[in-house]
Amino acid sequence: MITLADQLLVLVLLINFISLGTSRLIFSIRSVAVQGVILGILPGLIHPFSWHLVAITIVIIAVKGFVIPQLLGRAVRSAEIKREVEPFLGFVPTLLLGAVFTALSFGFAGRLPMLPEHQNYMFVPASIATLMTGFLILTTRRKAISQVIGYLVLENGIFIFGLLLAEAMPIMVEAGALLDLLVGIFVMGIVINQISREFSSLDTSLLTSLKEE
Amino acid sequence: MYSALQGVLDPAIVALVASLVIGCAGIPGLFLRKPGPGQILAAVANILAAMAGIPASLQLLFNKTTTTYLLQWNLPFGPCELVIDPLSAFFLLPVFLVSAAGSLFAVGYWPAAEHRDTERGLTFFYGLLASSMAILLMARNGVFFIMVWEIMALSAYFLLVTEHEREEVRRAGIVYLIATHTGTAALFVYFSLLAAQTGSFMLPASGSLSALSPLASLIALAAFIGFGAKAGIMPLHVWLPSAHANAPSHVSAVMSGVMLKMGLYGIFRTLTFFYDPPLLWGGVLTVAGILSALLGIAFAVAQRDLKRLLACSSIENIGIITTGLGVALLGVSSHNNVLMYLGMAGALLHILNHSFFKPLLFLGSGAIIHAAGTREMNLMGGLGKGMPRTALLFLVGSVAICGIPPSNGFVSEFLLYLGFFSQLKANSLVYLVCLAPVLALVGGLAVIAFSKLYSSVFLGTPRSPGAAHPHEAGVAMLAPMAFFALLCLLVGVAPQLALRLVSPAVASFYPQSASSLLSSEYGDILGRLSLLGVLLLTTAVVVTLFWRWRLGKGTVSSASTWGCGYQRGTSRIQYGATSFSELAVSVFNGIMRQRIVRPTLTGLFPPVERCSDVPTETLLERIFAPFFALAGILFGFLHRLQHGLMHIYMLYIFATLFILMLWAH
Repeated sequence: MITLADQLLVLVLLINFISLGTSRLIFSIRSVAVQGVILGILPGLIHPFSWHLVAITIVIIAVKGFVIPQLLGRAVRSAEIKREVEPFLGFVPTLLLGAVFTALSFGFAGRLPMLPEHQNYMFVPASIATLMTGFLILTTRRKAISQVIGYLVLENGIFIFGLLLAEAMPIMVEAGALLDLLVGIFVMGIVINQISREFSSLDTSLLTSLKEE
Repeated sequence: MYSALQGVLDPAIVALVASLVIGCAGIPGLFLRKPGPGQILAAVANILAAMAGIPASLQLLFNKTTTTYLLQWNLPFGPCELVIDPLSAFFLLPVFLVSAAGSLFAVGYWPAAEHRDTERGLTFFYGLLASSMAILLMARNGVFFIMVWEIMALSAYFLLVTEHEREEVRRAGIVYLIATHTGTAALFVYFSLLAAQTGSFMLPASGSLSALSPLASLIALAAFIGFGAKAGIMPLHVWLPSAHANAPSHVSAVMSGVMLKMGLYGIFRTLTFFYDPPLLWGGVLTVAGILSALLGIAFAVAQRDLKRLLACSSIENIGIITTGLGVALLGVSSHNNVLMYLGMAGALLHILNHSFFKPLLFLGSGAIIHAAGTREMNLMGGLGKGMPRTALLFLVGSVAICGIPPSNGFVSEFLLYLGFFSQLKANSLVYLVCLAPVLALVGGLAVIAFSKLYSSVFLGTPRSPGAAHPHEAGVAMLAPMAFFALLCLLVGVAPQLALRLVSPAVASFYPQSASSLLSSEYGDILGRLSLLGVLLLTTAVVVTLFWRWRLGKGTVSSASTWGCGYQRGTSRIQYGATSFSELAVSVFNGIMRQRIVRPTLTGLFPPVERCSDVPTETLLERIFAPFFALAGILFGFLHRLQHGLMHIYMLYIFATLFILMLWAH
């Protein structure tokens, strides 16, 4: 079972690279949805069966795999943009950076003081790598939708880390994390719609007049 | 009432529930569509809570018991205890009293029908402020204390900026916010040091720490800065006048009458930790206190804004209380029980008194502003004819704050004078006697300030059309004022009762000073004072009746006040507020400048000229303003970090995370 979990985590890492390397927004959204579904399956693989676990799995798959991608897809269609053009940093450099960060996160995770039963999993390095990927997307892309995707990837990274603790984690914490995610997406969705309606552009780098003088 | 309560309920629970009820009182109003019922509901809840809370606090005070509750929380800062001991119970009294009176006053002063936009927030934060102050007094965990402290500070901020459409109010709000957070920063240091000293965030028990340990002086200093900034002790008072002046009047009443006392409570509480405070601490507190008193009242004399004057006089009163505390501390250090008792009793009694007369005056100022439509004393005049009840109640408050018998202000200052003179016979600390003339000077200046206030507001003839047709305040506004005036006279006439109220709190402070002998001895002295008070009151009543009788006998003709026989006297030839105090202010020219722009008159028929004055505070202008300007230049580079590009902000977070990860290796 653990080997299966590790293989799935490799898949998660690969999806990170897909979302880093593609300029097509719909493709990016779908890949993140797949990542979400995988994350939904993971708790079932590493923890013994309980109804609590079933509930978590169902909610996560539903939210991460279907609800949020639906919302984002609708936003993309209504804003009529298909591609992320001219990001701050090109796709190839971000891919390379992503690779560097993934390597670094493996190096970093190896030195963390962890419980012996967590030692051999790929959870921690995968979590840090996904987190870093999220940050990379957030900092290098211009379009508001890409930012939402970056945020989602970031949350996925945090979620993987939380998987280790799923047993100890009270349900309130999970609910809080999911709620946080959902609210974040809603806010972003509203922002996207408003931005495109008001300025007929979704370039967030143009939004600098709100700073304090 | 006590016994009835005792049988049914634990008074500590009653006090706790009452504080929570006050905090929730404003919530229903937030959801009601119709303006009005929410405010009335809040006032009723507040008053009911106070009616339950005050007897409960009194009972806790007199039982001398300490009740402890443990709050279940999951935060990693140790157990969170809520404790009500006599000191807390004593400070709870003004919280309940003033908040209830203010909420009733608000119904008349800030009616929901006229202030639809602001009333809800005002009512909500008002309850939150009062409630957080009550809970603060019970908090015994440092972290919980800071949390409640911040709730208090922030809700006061939101109350203060109620009229935020005015530039002046926003400015006052920012000054307040900076000042209160400077204080909070000091409190972070304070609680961290305390935790380092004791090993937990629980506040240490009374008399459990030695002042000789190396951290003790730092702890005391941090407490002085943190709590002193809230209390408004002298170099830390800069936020106080503008904040009190710009808040709605019932909020000013709570801020001045109660919130400042929370700072003092912090200092009191800190001092209970140490069983051997050095002489230096007492000395510092005494000097800071007497300076605050003197300079505060000097500022007050110069003001021309009604509420600013009251706010400056709060600084004076806080100074008097701090002096008392310092004297008591000197008594502790020199093992002089009489000095300790007198200083502490004077300070605590003055806290109680100040929370009677200052809300009375602030509420009165609200009624005046309501009637005259301005805070500028130079534009008022003759209001006493239109609003005689407010004038009478305001007079009681003015007499009380000047410390004139038979009012309560006299009693507490009398105890302090007794303390100063008690050292004449002793061989140590003889120089304390020198404080007596300073305190007398403070009293004298207070008389100047308040005769200026009273005469320019209520007497004479109106100086502006706005003040010409004042209307008497409504019952909702007069009732709380009358209540406070009654309390002022009651404490003034029966000071021995008030002393009994204070004694348990004194005892909880330093048990050894609680000898019943001392308490009964000074009770007797105050008993004689009470006779004097009764005599004075009777004389006043008799003279008034006689005067009425004489007036009734003859024919009465009325002319304009201070008309001086001129046929065409105008209101402009009477003494204005500024001209009244000009001489007194000129004495304090170094610290308090009254910039009078005088007209230059030429020729036999000079053209129309204007004369105006701007009271400026040298400390704020010369020291704090340049300091902050310098800080602004030094931190100017931070502006470059903030450019509004969200991606770069993300990069900051990213970089921080990355550096932390590298650092962890």
